[in-house]
Amino acid sequence: MQFFTDPSITYGTKLMEVFYIVMGLISVYAGVRNFRDDKKDVISRYGTCLFWVLLGVEMAFGRWIPNVANGVIIVVMVLPAIFQKVKKNSDPGPTKAESEANYQAIGMKIFIPALSIGVFAIIGALIKDLGALTGCSIGVIVGVVILYFYNRSNKPIVFLNDSERLLSAMGALCMLPMLLASLGAIFTKAGVGDVIADLVGRVIPQGNVTIGIIVFALGMMLFTMIMGNAFAAITVMTVGIGAPFVLAYGANPALIGILALTCGYCGTLLTPMAANFNIVPVAMLEMKDRFGVIKNQILPALVMIVVQIIYMLIAK
Amino acid sequence: MNYLVLLGILIVIVGFALKLDAILIIFIAAIVTALVGGIGVDGFLTTLGSSFVSNRSMAIFIIILLVVGTLERNGLKDAAAALIGKAKNATPGVIIALYGVMRLVFAAFNVSFGGVAGFVRPIIMPMCTGAIEASGREINDDYVEELKGMASGMENVAWFFGQVLFVGTSGALLVQSTMKPLGYDVDLLQMALIEIPVAVIAVGVAAAYYIVKDRRLRAKYYGNAPAQSATAKEA
Repeated sequence: MQFFTDPSITYGTKLMEVFYIVMGLISVYAGVRNFRDDKKDVISRYGTCLFWVLLGVEMAFGRWIPNVANGVIIVVMVLPAIFQKVKKNSDPGPTKAESEANYQAIGMKIFIPALSIGVFAIIGALIKDLGALTGCSIGVIVGVVILYFYNRSNKPIVFLNDSERLLSAMGALCMLPMLLASLGAIFTKAGVGDVIADLVGRVIPQGNVTIGIIVFALGMMLFTMIMGNAFAAITVMTVGIGAPFVLAYGANPALIGILALTCGYCGTLLTPMAANFNIVPVAMLEMKDRFGVIKNQILPALVMIVVQIIYMLIAK
Repeated sequence: MNYLVLLGILIVIVGFALKLDAILIIFIAAIVTALVGGIGVDGFLTTLGSSFVSNRSMAIFIIILLVVGTLERNGLKDAAAALIGKAKNATPGVIIALYGVMRLVFAAFNVSFGGVAGFVRPIIMPMCTGAIEASGREINDDYVEELKGMASGMENVAWFFGQVLFVGTSGALLVQSTMKPLGYDVDLLQMALIEIPVAVIAVGVAAAYYIVKDRRLRAKYYGNAPAQSATAKEA
């Protein structure tokens, strides 16, 4: 309660904490609904439930739990994920007939609640005490209210079940970015960045930001191609190359950081390791050439890596 | 220098390259790094706990899902199909390019229509083959194979570069959380603004490339007769 009455904390931060509690409750609901979903084997029922409930506890109450205990909860939370016991549920989602009938009734107006999330995120970002993410969450609530007025059969339980269905479909892998960020924090604490800086510094000259930027950008692309995941690559590369060879010399961290990520996306476009984007569509569209998607992405990816390196060098 | 701390990075690279379970890789890398880096079990749990809780912003997608599924239930995808369906008399290359532009604009607001499975396969590809038939030509499998590749490429380029324009996107949040322990505070809106020219160029380059490539392919498979196709389309 102290947190919510502390006048030095902005109302945006306090409101966000309320939204974290809402997210926690959605996640706990996912756990309960998956537990009731009887189409899975028994271990998966418990595993899926445990994962979502503990995630919900972390989301809603993590701020008030001691950090060591949070760490223990997270370790227990990921155990069912590691043993592949977090499964999606059997909710088939809306039928084509239902969404078509609703489209006939609502029409293009459906774009208004769809766009409200992004619009409110920008508004939130522009209001200093509110913040982008609080704005984004408000946009979600606005979207929910608009949808209810469009169609009174959109009751709270409909929203809850639809979000739970999508969350369960994403599965434990939706935690990947958060776990990678934690891994990055552990790398930093263990001094990984200093060791890489020492090693790489023997090959490329320290203090030359131009070379640093080129190595960082190309490194992001190559590491992403090897790992198949730009999120994993940026955690490693920012600690090892970005910070000691580029940011340490005063380059704009927002510019370098986000462009390094999209340099990584150029790598994603080029690698069969990113199977979800490049190989699964081949199967889905019944294509003959396994590399049929990648071949069509080579030119845009190579143009974009060059464009982004030039952009970084000019705007740093 | 304690070179052993690099073991964690090696585990991440090799683990992802071997396609082992992603969460397992991250955990092994984290534990190994903590142990050889002198952080210890206690420090590992504390760092894990504190960074996870301070990175809860990255779970913003959970609250966004609250509206996403019900939007689909109420006809969002049908509306998007009707929107792109307005591109009548367009060539397959132009249809794919227009899809890229639409995908980019909506991705900037974190609105998705279902990707290859949910939109390219059921809506964009039938539009493309419909356009070939409308121009009085027969479906050529090799040509359609190329169109499938281009449509998926457009999907990926527009989604990757479009989603970074959304102010609460997980990529930007990861950059923000990776930078924080290194001592750099970066702003979400600023990062989105920085990416605008990149996204516009990326979709522009891909769209132009696919339009040109499509024109060459049609010449290759159906002969050099642009005038005929124009009259056929009007008929």
